[in-house]
Amino acid sequence: MIRLAAGGPVIPNFGHGSACVTGDHVFCFDWVRAHWSDTLEPALVQHVELTGIAVGIGFALAFALGLAAHRLRGIEHPVGITAALLYTIPSLALFQLLVPLTGLTWTTIEIALVGYTLVILFPNVVAGLRAAPPDVLEAALGMGLTRRQVLWRVELPLAVPAIVGGLRIAVVSTISIGTIAAFLGKYGLGYPIFLALKEPTPFKTEIYSAGALAVMLALACDATLILLRRLLAPWAAKRLA
Amino acid sequence: MSAAQIEFDRVTKRYPGREGDAVHELSFVVPAGAFCVLVGPSGGGKTTALKMVNRLVPFDSGDIRIDGRSVRDLAPVDLRRGIGYVIQQVGLFPHMTVGENVATVPRLLGWSRTRTRERTTELLELVGLDAADARRYPAELSGGQRQRVGLARALAADPPLLLMDEPFGALDPITRLRLQTELRRLHREVGKTVIFVTHDVDEAISMGDRIAILRQGGVLAQYDTPDAILAQPADEFVAEFVGEDRALRRLALRTLGEVPLEPATDAEGAPRLTRDTTVRNAVSRMLEAGVDRVVVADRDGKELGVFRLHDAAELL
Repeated sequence: MIRLAAGGPVIPNFGHGSACVTGDHVFCFDWVRAHWSDTLEPALVQHVELTGIAVGIGFALAFALGLAAHRLRGIEHPVGITAALLYTIPSLALFQLLVPLTGLTWTTIEIALVGYTLVILFPNVVAGLRAAPPDVLEAALGMGLTRRQVLWRVELPLAVPAIVGGLRIAVVSTISIGTIAAFLGKYGLGYPIFLALKEPTPFKTEIYSAGALAVMLALACDATLILLRRLLAPWAAKRLA
Repeated sequence: MSAAQIEFDRVTKRYPGREGDAVHELSFVVPAGAFCVLVGPSGGGKTTALKMVNRLVPFDSGDIRIDGRSVRDLAPVDLRRGIGYVIQQVGLFPHMTVGENVATVPRLLGWSRTRTRERTTELLELVGLDAADARRYPAELSGGQRQRVGLARALAADPPLLLMDEPFGALDPITRLRLQTELRRLHREVGKTVIFVTHDVDEAISMGDRIAILRQGGVLAQYDTPDAILAQPADEFVAEFVGEDRALRRLALRTLGEVPLEPATDAEGAPRLTRDTTVRNAVSRMLEAGVDRVVVADRDGKELGVFRLHDAAELL
C-alpha cells in the first residue's frame, strides 16, 4: 500500500480493510483515515508544490513579458499568439512532446504547467496595464510623474484586479491540469486516481478522496486570491454611496 | 501667494500628417496673477496651446516663458511639478484616497508627512470639502466633488501657475455655476496666474479678466479684457463669436454698485434692487416692470441712488 514511496507493482487493496473497503462502497472514511499519511497527504503536498512552482514561475514570466509588451507594443501579438497556440495543444500531447527533451520527469510537468499559466496570465497582465483610463494617465504625466512612476504608482496598482483575476484562473486550471501529471510519474493528487483506475475494479474511495482534495485545494486557493485582491485593491469595491 | 507671468512668443505647432498649423505664431502675455481664458471654436488650438505650457505637447518654434524663463530650460518632469494641472475628466487616481490624490505632487517633491497632511487638510477645506473626505475613494464622490479634489490636487504644492482644460465641461449647469463662482473666489484668495480653456463664451466672459480668442488654425483673433472685447470686437469672427447680444453681455460685467448713480429723488414706486445686481439684470427688471428707473440699495436696505434705463445705454 505504500505506493507513492515504493512505486512497484500495484497490489490490489481488497481484502485487507473494513467491510466498506472490501465491498468497495461509495466512500469509506476509514480508508481515508488509514491512508491519509501514506497516500493522500504526500500527494496533496506534492500537488501544492507542483502548482506553486508552476504558477510562481509562470507569473514571473507573464509579468516580465507583460511589462515588456506594455512598453514595446510590437511584441504583444507574437507572444499572445504563441501562447494561445500552446494552449490549444492537449495537455497529454504536450507532456508527450516534452518527454523526448526532458524525460519522464518533474521538469517536464513543470514546463507544461508553466506554459499554461503563462498563456492565461500574459493577456491579463497586458490588459490590466492598459486598464488605466487616458485621463488618469494624462493627469499623472501633467503633474510631473516620470514614465517609471506612472508604471509603478498608477498603471500597476490599477492592474491588480485584472492580474489577480488571471491568477485565479491560472491557479485553478493548474491544480486541475496538474492531476494529469500522474501519467508521467508518481506526482500529485492525480497519482492515487491514476493507480485506482489501473485496477480491474477501480477503488472508488481512492478516486473520490483524491479528487475531492484537488477540488478543495482549488477552492481554498481561489478564496485566498479573492482575499488578496480585497487587500491589494480595496478601492475596486468602492462605489458612490 | 505667488503668481507667474506667462509669455507666449510666436509659438507654432503643427501635428504630423495634419493639414495646417494647430497653433500659429501665437503671441500674448498673461500678467502675473491674471485669470486668462483661452476660448474659441473646436480646431482653434486652445487645448494645444495650454498643453504646450507644461510641455505635454511639444511646440515646433517660438517660445513660452514663465517669469522670463523658457519652459524648455527645465526637464519636463520638474517643469510640470511646478504647474497645477486640471482637466475635464479630472483624472483622479481611482486606487488612491482623496487625501493621497491631493498629496501626489507634495510626495513627488519629497515633503514631510506632517507638512503634506496639514496641506491636504487645508486644501480640502479651501475647495469646500470635509477633512473626513480625505479617506474616501474617488468612486465614492459625485462629479462636482471630484473636480473639487482635482482642483485641490493641482493647488497642492502651491504652484504659481494653474492650467485648467475645460475643467467644468462635464458638470451639470448648477454644479458648474457653483464651481465657477468658487473658482473666482479661490482665484482672488490664492492669487495665482490661471490659464483656463473653454469653448463656452459665457464662461469665458464671466471667469476671465483676460480673454484670448483663437480661431481655426490656432490664430489669435483678439486678446483683451472681456469688456474691451465686447465693446470693440476686432473683426467679424470675434463679433459673431461673442454674440449679437454683446451689449447686454457687457452690462452683465458690472453691478449697480460699480456704476454712477443719481440721487434718489423722484423714485416713487420704482423697483428696489441691491447693489450687487448686474446692470444687465437691472435693465431686464425695468423692461419687465415697464418703468425707466430702479432704486439701488445696499444689503442693509439703505438707499444709494437711482439708476435709469438711459444710464445703461451710456455705459456702452
